[in-house]
Amino acid sequence: MSQKSNWPLWEVFVRSSRGLSHVHAGSLHAPDKEMALRNARDLYTRRNEGISLWVVLSTDIITSDPDSKDAFFESPQGKDYRHATYYKASEGVKHL
Amino acid sequence: MAPTTPQEPGLSAVPSYEEQQSQARFDALINDDSRVEPRDWMPEPYRKTLTRQVSQHAHSEIIGMQPEANWITRAPSLKRKSILMAKVQDEAGHGLYLYSAAETLGTDRDELNDQLLTGRAKYSSIFNYPARTWADMGAIGWLVDGAAIANQVPLCRASYGPYGRAMVRICKEESFHQRQGFEILLSLSRGTEAQKKMAQEAINRFYEPSLMMFGPPDDQSPNSAQSMAWKIKRFSNDELRQRFVGMIEEQVKVLGMTLPDPDLHFDEEKKQWIHKDLNWDEFMNVIKGNGPANAQRLEHRRKAHREGAWVREAATAYAAKQEQSEVA
Repeated sequence: MSQKSNWPLWEVFVRSSRGLSHVHAGSLHAPDKEMALRNARDLYTRRNEGISLWVVLSTDIITSDPDSKDAFFESPQGKDYRHATYYKASEGVKHL
Repeated sequence: MAPTTPQEPGLSAVPSYEEQQSQARFDALINDDSRVEPRDWMPEPYRKTLTRQVSQHAHSEIIGMQPEANWITRAPSLKRKSILMAKVQDEAGHGLYLYSAAETLGTDRDELNDQLLTGRAKYSSIFNYPARTWADMGAIGWLVDGAAIANQVPLCRASYGPYGRAMVRICKEESFHQRQGFEILLSLSRGTEAQKKMAQEAINRFYEPSLMMFGPPDDQSPNSAQSMAWKIKRFSNDELRQRFVGMIEEQVKVLGMTLPDPDLHFDEEKKQWIHKDLNWDEFMNVIKGNGPANAQRLEHRRKAHREGAWVREAATAYAAKQEQSEVA
């Protein structure tokens, strides 16, 4: 009964204040980038949640494969010497 | 590991090795109180249950705009009008957050919209009750939004990530809804005799329907146990109803009003609130579409959709034109 609009899906990122990164807030449908921005403003910043917005077509986002996550993120495993907490001998030394 | 190819259902009664592995990973996520995310494998019944629940929730927000939108033009002051508009706007927003979450489960927006417009989808039966007086704006905010919040706070921890995140945002925004409703009733409770009477009548109208918003009693709610095992729901219908009735029993005293339930009391032995028997026949009847305002609510939604068609068409045509001129 309703005709399909098939508007693309956009992902919305909001910067809440200067000095902070844009953070993913959600998604919305809009026919073009300008409407996507305006809808994002109305939908995700009704209470001063943001001072800057990004909208990105969902289909333009490249993602890692959730099924291969173990192999994909394997490299840092067992490399705890990359963390400061690995180094115990110097414990108690001030300002280190 | 390569993504598994979904098997055709019915070909084999025994799950494949890949399916067993996927099921084990899913079970581990649930057991660890972790979250399931859109691209994770999930059992079909989990996907189906969530799609139904999240989209019904979205439809409820969208239909829920109507009883209050109806009073915007008749709000008693400019302030109240602005507040009501903000609240109705929030409900549109909440519907959109939830549709986005539902879509990540694989059903697209047009289909969800169509399910509502064609009457195939359900929404919360509470919105099929008319809002007869200005005091109903108070009772709806206090009782209906109050019950919704009691229901929704635990959903912030639902096992499906996008649903939980949408609920966090919604709960944050919803708290003003309940307070503004309570304050409408508070103003009326300090007013003339006629205003007090109007407030009391609104409370009388919405008390029972708001208790029924938590759904049927636990022993008559067949899907609850599974939803709790999947950690979509964290508390049973009766547990939430108990919590809610305890809160409003206190709050109504501040209003100097009463709940239309003279025998309501806390049973110290059973450690639970004993409230009047709720009319579940009426509840089922309203869900089936025979409530006082079902037809009107759906027809209004269809009309709004119809009348907005030219806007959507124009926006689509404009987008196509812009894209062409960018290419050229």
